[in-house]
Amino acid sequence: MSSHGTQTKEPLIRMVKRDTMPQRKAWGIRAIAFILSLVTGGIVILMLGHNPFYVYISMVKGAWGSSTVIHETIKLAVPLLITAIGISFAFKMKFWNIGGEGQILVGAVAAGAFGLFTAHIFPKLPLVLLMMLASIVAGGIYGLLPAVCKAKWGTNETLFTLMLNYIALAFIKYLMNGPWKAKGSSYPKIDMLVPGARLTKVLGVHWGWILALILVVLAYIYFNKTKQGYEIAVVGESNNTARYAGINVGRVFRRTMFLSGALCGLVGMLQFAGADYTITEGTAGGVGFTAITVAWLAKMNPFGMLVVSVFIAMLERGANAIQTQFKIPASASDLLIGIILFFMLGCEFFITYKLIRRGKEEHHA
Amino acid sequence: MGGTSEYAVKMHHVTKTFGKVVANKDVNLELKTGEILALLGENGSGKTTLMNMLSGIYFPDHGEIFVKGQEVTIRSPKDSFALGIGMIHQHFKLVDVLTAAENIVLGLDGKATVNRKEINRKVAELAKRYGFEMDPAKKVYNMSVSEKQTVEILKVLYKGADILILDEPTAVLTPQETDKLFAVLRNMKKDGKSIIIITHKLNEVLAISDRVAILRKGEYIGVVNTAETDQAQLTEMMVGRPVSLEIERPKVERGEKRLQVIDLTCLNGDGVKALDNVSFDAYGGEILGVAGIAGSGQKELCEVIAGLYPSIGGSVLYLGEHNGIPVQERILGLKPDEIVKKGISMAFVPEDRLGMGLVAGMDMTDNVMLRSYKSKKGIFVDRKAPKELAEKLIDELEIVTPGVDTPVGRLSGGNVQKVLLGREIACQPSVLIVAYPVRGLDINSSYRIYDLLNEQKKRGVAVIFIGEDLDVLMQLSDRIMVMCGGKVSGIVDPHEVTKEDIGLMMIHTEHPFAKDKKEDEKGEVTA
Amino acid sequence: MLSTLNGLFIAAVLAGTPLLLGALGEILTEKAGNLNLGVEGMMFMGAITGLAGSYYYEQAVIAGGGSPNGILSAAIALVTSFIAGAGGALIYSFLTITLRANQNVTGLTLTIFGTGFGNFFGEYIGQQAGGYVAVTDVTKKAFSGLNIPVLSDIPVLGPLLFRYNWLVYFAIIAAIIMAWFFSKSRVGLNLRAVGEDPATADAAGINITLYKYLATVIGGGICGIGGMYMSMVTTSGVWVHDCVSGYGWLAVALVIFATWSPARGMIVALIFGGLTIMRMYINIPGLPAQIYDMVPYVATIIVLVVTSMRQSKEHAQPKSCGLNYFREER
Repeated sequence: MSSHGTQTKEPLIRMVKRDTMPQRKAWGIRAIAFILSLVTGGIVILMLGHNPFYVYISMVKGAWGSSTVIHETIKLAVPLLITAIGISFAFKMKFWNIGGEGQILVGAVAAGAFGLFTAHIFPKLPLVLLMMLASIVAGGIYGLLPAVCKAKWGTNETLFTLMLNYIALAFIKYLMNGPWKAKGSSYPKIDMLVPGARLTKVLGVHWGWILALILVVLAYIYFNKTKQGYEIAVVGESNNTARYAGINVGRVFRRTMFLSGALCGLVGMLQFAGADYTITEGTAGGVGFTAITVAWLAKMNPFGMLVVSVFIAMLERGANAIQTQFKIPASASDLLIGIILFFMLGCEFFITYKLIRRGKEEHHA
Repeated sequence: MGGTSEYAVKMHHVTKTFGKVVANKDVNLELKTGEILALLGENGSGKTTLMNMLSGIYFPDHGEIFVKGQEVTIRSPKDSFALGIGMIHQHFKLVDVLTAAENIVLGLDGKATVNRKEINRKVAELAKRYGFEMDPAKKVYNMSVSEKQTVEILKVLYKGADILILDEPTAVLTPQETDKLFAVLRNMKKDGKSIIIITHKLNEVLAISDRVAILRKGEYIGVVNTAETDQAQLTEMMVGRPVSLEIERPKVERGEKRLQVIDLTCLNGDGVKALDNVSFDAYGGEILGVAGIAGSGQKELCEVIAGLYPSIGGSVLYLGEHNGIPVQERILGLKPDEIVKKGISMAFVPEDRLGMGLVAGMDMTDNVMLRSYKSKKGIFVDRKAPKELAEKLIDELEIVTPGVDTPVGRLSGGNVQKVLLGREIACQPSVLIVAYPVRGLDINSSYRIYDLLNEQKKRGVAVIFIGEDLDVLMQLSDRIMVMCGGKVSGIVDPHEVTKEDIGLMMIHTEHPFAKDKKEDEKGEVTA
Repeated sequence: MLSTLNGLFIAAVLAGTPLLLGALGEILTEKAGNLNLGVEGMMFMGAITGLAGSYYYEQAVIAGGGSPNGILSAAIALVTSFIAGAGGALIYSFLTITLRANQNVTGLTLTIFGTGFGNFFGEYIGQQAGGYVAVTDVTKKAFSGLNIPVLSDIPVLGPLLFRYNWLVYFAIIAAIIMAWFFSKSRVGLNLRAVGEDPATADAAGINITLYKYLATVIGGGICGIGGMYMSMVTTSGVWVHDCVSGYGWLAVALVIFATWSPARGMIVALIFGGLTIMRMYINIPGLPAQIYDMVPYVATIIVLVVTSMRQSKEHAQPKSCGLNYFREER
């Protein structure tokens, strides 16, 4: 009887959850997915009539080829990294904060309130500290709002934080057109920060990069070694367990979302005082969204976020290079980032599950 | 098909694995046309998995299935319906926001539009024929548990199933409701329907079935005619060796009063009283059993005392000692961490182990420190002491795990419970509340849990044991509090009453045995 | 005053239509339990492919010496934009339904990808065309207001109701069909069950995977058509960089405000559309124009908070939204 087990028609492919896979193999799968995504991107480039190798090489050179471009690349990576760390605070407790954009913007506005209007009163150091503090508080409060509602009524935070982005954006447009409009400008824009108040450069880039590296280490310690980090993890796994353990879930929501928003707000200040020297609708520039994918790809590990954010910054910077060199529109970076992310998201499945083809036996290690 | 075959269902050499776990191994099962077959086995013996392969939820790795004489491939629930198989799951599969009738026609073929009037009429007719009372237009989220079960059964009948599978249907019913259900099942059998009833309750097996098939640890043990067997034989087949079903009840001198609950009242989510003037005392050195139909307020009772659920009235008084000094504290309304801060050592093993008592994704060390991580000063967590405790628990309670670093969610049910109970006992409580501590556990693990509870009783702990199996409750408890609809219908001595008495008390609050209640209510309050 | 109000109404309908289309697509998607935050991306994809479809059709006909047909050109734009939006949704579906990736992250990625896709090809085709892409007057005319005999000539009501471009009527009909679909049809009932409680729907023999794929992909296609409206009507057949920007997210907000009902969606689209263009019609002294932009989002948050306070079971997001379903999970 057992010999004709094939009589039973199985579905062609079934999937079964794996036991944990060795790290090396998991990274192998990720590497393959990454290469495949580059190949897919390469095919697109090929169809446009360019040699993908040259284009990719030019992208890498465009990001790392000279000290000037390296500075630019790092300038792109810093906001991405800090925002990703900020976002991961919320994501670790399964609080889907997709309001990084808005938190960055309000942070920038708060910093602007001091930077633009009190630069003649305060010396540089207190002014910078004030801007930092203001951006942290503003971003934090902006993050706090949805947390309060979620803690109280269970309001859906994904949609709430999403809406807050556009409220912040409209507010900046209002400032650009109205009260903060640069004097004598014919079109809506906000004044530049006076040079004396701009962030000091260290090795060619504003000191935000040092701060970012410090935050990587601090966040790692916070998540893994502190009571608050432990509480975040418990809340993320189960609100009920957290309550049972005597953790005030609402307080953890509020505290963590304040921190999450505060870090994003800080990014707004860095962008304003260190990179753009003004505030526009593009101050956040999609960083709040891209950072989510950074945090996710890095599996909420701050060191992983460092690597991923530098890589994405490279793509964005490199895209500018290929625009001038090959006349390929710079939006190619978004396209390519999208493709790479699709592949990386998809490959996790093959790490978690395995496929069994019809008739094949399952072997256990 | 269509013709009558002697066997409604035959499963031959069926095997199903989940990762490393073999849920069913080379199982043979035969259901005769027009019989009631009991599928007996302990929790985790693979009964539900086996039936899920008939209902199309799972697909077997190996083996053949014959329905009404024909070999069949059941790839989806749809295939299963087409063969006339209907399964009533233990966890109701109903969509909350839809009505009873909408749930019943869900997934059926038919006209492109749904005529609500028509289906309501049809469902009402069907309900009447079998003697059910129900409103087809009622939304599921407004329904009681037994109404939901009615919808589930009607769903299957509506689809014209002639092979019915019921997964632990009595778990949520009172003994009286169970009798009613059995009467319906007998009628269905007379109608020529073939029925499989999954259960682990021996008395029910003997009461309803024609034959009994037994599974043990995923393997098929055999089938016997109900008329020719008895509890002892069935138990042996189910467990694998003759076991004494007696649960030890050590004699311990009743100690001090530890917990005094007076007129405790709370509301559920819909604003209905989930607890209604509940009063009782718990004493050290005693196991107080709590009996009742599922949803009679047991969950709320535990959670209100543990500080996890709000109350609207009454009081809970804790009497104990802290560093040798007698302590009396009103703990009602305090949050769990505030209770701990007051120096009250109360432990609680909740019903939902992985959803409330433990964190499934965390390892044992992190789970062990769940209740104690705050006690250390400073902002950092200390993992050293919890790790040592975790290793000690593995040793003492014989927890089967690859190590302290393995997420507890990967452990088996019995081991998960040992981690949870072990942690709670480790904090040396003077009151220990356990809710359904053996649900889903195999017999060996269950007995280990009973032993642990008895040890605590001997230590002088006041144990409050929320149970569902009346046999166990009657053997283990020193007193049993019976709850009905959020009220205490009485506190009885298990020596003095029968199971049927308790069954009646579970559905009526007014009962001659409710004498104890008045006495307790007069308990003096001095705090 | 009356003519201002009439003008506002007409402009609100025109501005609200792409939002309605985007929202309808997302309602269909969410009813299947998929929270697709890629609406913006899919609208971008639809915007460029719709435009490109018409553009290349015209170029091909002109190169062949013929003269392009407006109706055919519009039909091509409709089909290509639907396919592009559906294609984006297909990537999303494959990742979330088959490969079980996180819905939030996948949706955001789709937005990044779609935005890049739209702007990239918009610029690229523009470069190839020697500056910018624009369709000819024939196609533009096909997307301008209709002149329905008799009806369009009714005084007051004619211009108010019967002189819009065909996509407006398309969107309204789509909303009505969808409302009927959810409340009356058998497939609609099954789909709601899938979104509310996939395990139950599965046990009832409903093919979860098929339903989720179809709803998400068709929903994405409708979002794509919404994007095409932006490039063909709003910007009159010329590719404008970032032309969809923000509209996709506004459509997501609309879904919430309409509490997942296509019928209410029509009214909310009118309100949101009105708010986006109100500053050009009504100038309330002291109230800056940008505040109007803010109102839809603030209103949406209020709806979100109020529904959560009421704990409404029926006017809320489908329960399984955001969660993937895996039958053999153990």
